[in-house]
Amino acid sequence: MTGTAVDLIWLAPALALLGFVLNSALALWRPTAKAAVTVIGVGVLAGAFAVGVAVFSAFAGLGAEAPVVFRYWSWMPVPPLQIDAALHVDQLSAVMLLVVTGVGSLIHLFSVGYMKDDPAYARYFAYLNLFIFFMLVLVLGANFPVMFVGWEGVGLCSYLLIGFWFNEKVNADAGKKAFIVNRIGDFGFLVAMFIIFWATGSLDFQDVFARAPTLLATGGGGAVTAITLFLFLGCTGKSAQIPLYTWLPDAMQGPTPVSALIHAATMVTAGVYLVARCNVLFALAPISGAVVAGVGALTALFAATIALKQWDIKRVLAYSTISQLGYMFVGVGTGAMAAGVFHLVTHAFFKALLFLGSGSVIYAMHHAYHATHSHEDAQDMRNMGGLRRHMPWTAALMWIATLAIAGVPPLSGFFSKDEILAAAFARGTVQPAWFLFWGLGLATALLTAFYMTRLMLYTFHGPNRTGADAEAHLHEAPWVMTGPLLLLGVLSAVGGVINTPELWSGGAWLHHWLEPVTKAGAALLPEAHLSHAAEWTLVAIAVAVAVTGIAGAWRLLKPEALVSARAAPPERGFAKMLRNKWYVDEIYAFFIVQPLAWISREILWKRVDQRVLDGAGVNGAARGARALGWLASRMQTGQVGIYVTLFVVGVLAILWRVVGGGGATGGRCTPAGCPPASSRGR
Amino acid sequence: MLLGPALAISAVLFTLGVAGVLLRRNAIVIFMCVELMLNAVNLTFVALAQRVGVGGQVFVFFVMAVAAAEAAVGLAIILAVYRHKQTVNLNDINILKG
Repeated sequence: MTGTAVDLIWLAPALALLGFVLNSALALWRPTAKAAVTVIGVGVLAGAFAVGVAVFSAFAGLGAEAPVVFRYWSWMPVPPLQIDAALHVDQLSAVMLLVVTGVGSLIHLFSVGYMKDDPAYARYFAYLNLFIFFMLVLVLGANFPVMFVGWEGVGLCSYLLIGFWFNEKVNADAGKKAFIVNRIGDFGFLVAMFIIFWATGSLDFQDVFARAPTLLATGGGGAVTAITLFLFLGCTGKSAQIPLYTWLPDAMQGPTPVSALIHAATMVTAGVYLVARCNVLFALAPISGAVVAGVGALTALFAATIALKQWDIKRVLAYSTISQLGYMFVGVGTGAMAAGVFHLVTHAFFKALLFLGSGSVIYAMHHAYHATHSHEDAQDMRNMGGLRRHMPWTAALMWIATLAIAGVPPLSGFFSKDEILAAAFARGTVQPAWFLFWGLGLATALLTAFYMTRLMLYTFHGPNRTGADAEAHLHEAPWVMTGPLLLLGVLSAVGGVINTPELWSGGAWLHHWLEPVTKAGAALLPEAHLSHAAEWTLVAIAVAVAVTGIAGAWRLLKPEALVSARAAPPERGFAKMLRNKWYVDEIYAFFIVQPLAWISREILWKRVDQRVLDGAGVNGAARGARALGWLASRMQTGQVGIYVTLFVVGVLAILWRVVGGGGATGGRCTPAGCPPASSRGR
Repeated sequence: MLLGPALAISAVLFTLGVAGVLLRRNAIVIFMCVELMLNAVNLTFVALAQRVGVGGQVFVFFVMAVAAAEAAVGLAIILAVYRHKQTVNLNDINILKG
């Protein structure tokens, strides 16, 4: 207890949970009460954001170096394991708290417009509130198990919201895919927790991080590497990195605001948060750091290549998200935790804006097609074109976000991306492997600029391909949707101010703010400094790459030549390979899913279950009992003589035992009685 | 008081009874062998009563009473079986079996 507003931290998740409970009740009993749902759903989020701001400013006022921990009750007291239901506030949690509730509020507001005609409006907001609750538990939990509750909970909400329109099988399948793939990652998280407890005897963040350095000194280096690699396996699932990224593009089957909130701005960044939170552990395990950065860099490039050839506007953004998450992992894997978190924050702004913008576009397209009774795909960019004439606000705001993600100064994305690349390059001067990661990052930046410009060109520029009937119905979304876009546009544009580097005579506020969290890990990593001249060179290279990408897309792509989705010829060669996402889904299906299904069906089901369990186990037991009964019935011959013979033999055997022929000592019965049974036993 | 010979005779009688039950197939003979076993036991009771107490003699009367009742029921059953099957050979009386 600090006696300040920080004590109110419990209120933020509690409000979201309250929203979930109330909205669920409405969803069950008054699904038509949309006004009440709106007030509750958006209201609790606004309240949580207010709490977040109050907590943040109060915490900043405290100037605390150590986290403020609130232990509410003892959750699992199993000595020596002691797990409390505890929340904590530190610099990192506070930033995440603001991002989650802030961006979350805007997206809730947007959803009011986007989902207003949906019959399951109340259920939607119930899930969304529940997601915010779990996300807050994730970022505020003071130990690994509490964080894991949030980690699993956001996975659950993700599943529920991806399959929100579960009447269509493809949506339900996408939800299942997300859940199952995430479970693989969660297994890594669980194993990591086991090893952490085994190695350090605690699961509280503070204890673990305090004991971790000695853990390495006593020859536990293998343990810390294992811990961090397993944790990173969890991250690859939740944050959609190679090899577990395949669920995220499919997650686009959910409502677009969900894609913006869960699958772009908040949940998928949980892995980045986890690495930043455990920066001490990752700093102790140099191999894991390299793995994190390497996988991040590879994922960034890989996803960016796929994004080049997608036609579904949301899928482009999904691959873009995977790619940008890869950037964040390059940052945190390099040890530049502040840079990674900085990119997390700016990405939350501009990617939420891009998704919500695409939501506005889809909304407009959908309504236009609905009005003309057309059954064209409302998300296919080949059916769009020239939308800027109908939706000028959305077009302008999405251009801001596009320039931000491409890394054009002075927009937010430029600073965060540049900081990650600079950190990777600086680390390269000490460990040359990082030059490779830097190179991959730079290549990704080029592709990012290219595919984002492609998206904008095909969507908003060139001739209209919706068809003349539908074109008349295209119009800007209502203000409840455009308003949040506007705010996010401002944040995307100026978000860089929270961490403008010294190079640009900024204060690098976020960097200093996070220092109490990151300094323990940073102290363990090799020092790497770049001269100002080198930094300016890197900036110049990055800007040149971004401009090349944009200009290249502008010159090379011809929206005029595009035909609508229905008339489009199939791709050939390399383009087809990219269009089909490098066939990764097919490869997974062939090498993992199908063998697994085959083993399950042919061996586990038809052999083990049907033959062994049902056949030998269940029916076998019955058959055995019947056989024994048959054997025993053979003794019932009906011949009294045999019965009598057996009877006499039995009596003689008993007499043999009782009277003492059986070798017992002192078991002879006297007229006074027989000795107790125990002394007669053999 | 001749305890040894009395018990010896009793044992011989009992063994004869058991042997008869085991070896013979005529229900009447088996029945008589059972009676022989009962009386062998009675002889044991009486003989031992001199040494241990009067309880044995009392028990003999119980055995006699039970034997009488058993004779009545047993003979009636044998009679009924004979009416039914025209035989008292136990090898032929075997309907009740598994």
